[in-house]
Amino acid sequence: MFEYAPAPESTRPDIKEHYGLFIDGKFVEAEDGASFTSVNPADGRALFTVAEAGRADVEAAVDAARRAFETVWGPMSGAERGKYLFRIARLLQERAREFAVAESIDNGKPIKETRDFDVPTAAQHFFYHAGWADKLDYAGLGADPRPLGVVGQVIPWNFPLLMLAWKIGPALACGNTVVLKPAETTPLTAVMFAELCAEAELPPGVVNILPGAGATGAALVHSPVDKVAFTGSTAVGREIAKAVAGTKKRLTLELGGKAANIVYDDAALDQAVEGVVNGIFFNQGHVCCAGSRLLVQESIAAEVLDRLKDRVSTLRIGDPLDKNTDVGAINSAEQLTRIQELTAAGTAEGAEPWQPECELPEQGFWFRPTVFTEVQQSMRIAREEIFGPVLSVLTFRTPDEAVKKANNTPYGLSAGVWTEKGSKILWTAERLRAGVVWANTFNQFDAASPFGGVKESGYGREGGRQGLEAYLDV
Amino acid sequence: MSGAEAASLVRSLPGVDAVGLEARAASLGTRSVKKDSKARAIDLAISMIDLTTLEGADTPGKVRTLCAKAVRPDPGAPPVAAVCVYPSMVATAAEALRGTGVKVASVATGFPAGQVPLEVRLNDTEAAVKAGADEIDMVVNRGAFLSGDLERVFHEIKAVKAAAAEARLKVILETGELVTYDNVRRASFLAMHAGADFIKTSTGKVGVNATLPVTLLMMQAVRDFRAATGTQVGVKPAGGIRNTKDAIKYLVCVNEVLGDDWLSDHWFRFGASSLLNDLLMQRQKLTTGRYSGPDYVTVD
Repeated sequence: MFEYAPAPESTRPDIKEHYGLFIDGKFVEAEDGASFTSVNPADGRALFTVAEAGRADVEAAVDAARRAFETVWGPMSGAERGKYLFRIARLLQERAREFAVAESIDNGKPIKETRDFDVPTAAQHFFYHAGWADKLDYAGLGADPRPLGVVGQVIPWNFPLLMLAWKIGPALACGNTVVLKPAETTPLTAVMFAELCAEAELPPGVVNILPGAGATGAALVHSPVDKVAFTGSTAVGREIAKAVAGTKKRLTLELGGKAANIVYDDAALDQAVEGVVNGIFFNQGHVCCAGSRLLVQESIAAEVLDRLKDRVSTLRIGDPLDKNTDVGAINSAEQLTRIQELTAAGTAEGAEPWQPECELPEQGFWFRPTVFTEVQQSMRIAREEIFGPVLSVLTFRTPDEAVKKANNTPYGLSAGVWTEKGSKILWTAERLRAGVVWANTFNQFDAASPFGGVKESGYGREGGRQGLEAYLDV
Repeated sequence: MSGAEAASLVRSLPGVDAVGLEARAASLGTRSVKKDSKARAIDLAISMIDLTTLEGADTPGKVRTLCAKAVRPDPGAPPVAAVCVYPSMVATAAEALRGTGVKVASVATGFPAGQVPLEVRLNDTEAAVKAGADEIDMVVNRGAFLSGDLERVFHEIKAVKAAAAEARLKVILETGELVTYDNVRRASFLAMHAGADFIKTSTGKVGVNATLPVTLLMMQAVRDFRAATGTQVGVKPAGGIRNTKDAIKYLVCVNEVLGDDWLSDHWFRFGASSLLNDLLMQRQKLTTGRYSGPDYVTVD
């Protein structure tokens, strides 16, 4: 075998020992002095400490955002706002490698993905929305649409910087100011982004970053913001929807998913297998739109499974900072426990697990890519979002059955269709109830393309012209 | 297998998704091969080269120069796999390479267009083998293939295989003229069912020669063919692979798509000429730590 020598990324970001909250353009400690530790999931070691925002800090940040909205950012012309956003986008590109490494260290995802996907796509979102800032009148949302005001945003740990970009880009372009809470396990790139905002000389209070856990998020949701935007689990999304019900606050939610990848017998098999692998093992399966259910036509199931197992066996699992790593570490001990619990349930309910033979690092949080066969629609692994590198394989006989099974979930974020026959793609896509349907590809994202769910996967769109609507009074 | 059976079999092959294939090739191309693994990859690549000269101006002197370099490209470097020449130069090459272990490959069958009568192509092949060729690189009848006459292509390859006798047969698909990936996959299977020992991308004489996606597709074809029939077939990308970085991308593909079984010069070859010097320069850089240059490798 032709072994690749370790190829660790050599750039090391200057990670400080401690970070503060970013409120009104300054880094400050939490009023009650609270802080928490962020851990490197690849080895379980502490990376740095960061202040934990409490209720008083949330109030201070929302006040600062309100002042900035009323005095600077709201009155500012779109063209001027656009300049700031372009500057942020350029700075992000200039410091791309540093952000990529930081994201990989704090999150556990492979450097290959942060370098080629997370950071460039985040920069693209800022460039894209910078372009909209002075063209909102032409977005088809009415003449002279107005910003909402102060936006409270809570983002998940799976794509920390990218989700920040999805949230902050359109909010600022539309003239809102922002208080954002990054996820508890991945605050690093958010606080680095705060430094970048200062470097870009963004007016104080326009962007406020408040690291913290669930309590911080709840305080933000209950604070006097004008809009709440949340990406995360459906359970938390429900709580937030209850909390803002009956208030003037607007809400957009991007929640969980249990997407089906439908592979018909006339699909281009090697590319379909590649797409299935990408669909579930990209970012360790920590993807809300992950193709966690493979629905394969029974007549080709055995062949597809053989190819799938061969392909999964070549995935390289290990050091996230090695440029040849395909699958990195699970983000946290808590998530690892959840994945273990659900896969154990899969085995207990009679599904057949398969994992490639591969060495896993001894320290940190790791889980082998797993493929479950003999999965039935009724099993937990076919119904619940696992949010890990676990694929459930089910079969179908007719297109009708494929669609029925694919739609048989409370979620509706994404779906995939694989066939060389164009008419079958259209027939299937029309019937799938999902926010995005990919045909002969999976996990494609673009700032110009709206993304979001139906059913319990949430409401509101991010990206594209449609995504602006979430941040404008139309 | 009859021609009709082979033709119907390849017509029923599943399609190839161009976007997905190219994305997979691009992603394999991002592998980082450094240090020890790079040194091993360079030596492996050198040992897989069919060092080629296919010019109207080729002379026995030029072929002898090439043969000497093939046997001992650089101090410490392994010999290449074969020297690839026109049939008229086979005798010269065979004499120069006798006892060295480096094979003599000859293009034949009216290379590169193949637009001569079958009889002439078969005579061409027999003459090359008689003159001492260990391997025959034939061209397929693209005209017949594109006109849909797959049976004819099948029978011609079978006939050349018979004429080549003991010599290993490399079938050049000329993928740049087949244009679509679906055609490349069909032609690959047709050639393998007809008895190809190797499938080869290109002559190097048309606008588009070996590309990583096309070669990846052909690797998938030989993998699937072995799974279906038990017969292992080699792959040879040719034309346009000029530097170490590109060569390593191909080796990464072999490694991750085909694995160990194909990682030797018996099953994988590079059809190239200028690639060797770049590999040697990179090799010198790795062994001495100093940058090499064109003055430190030999001209052909």
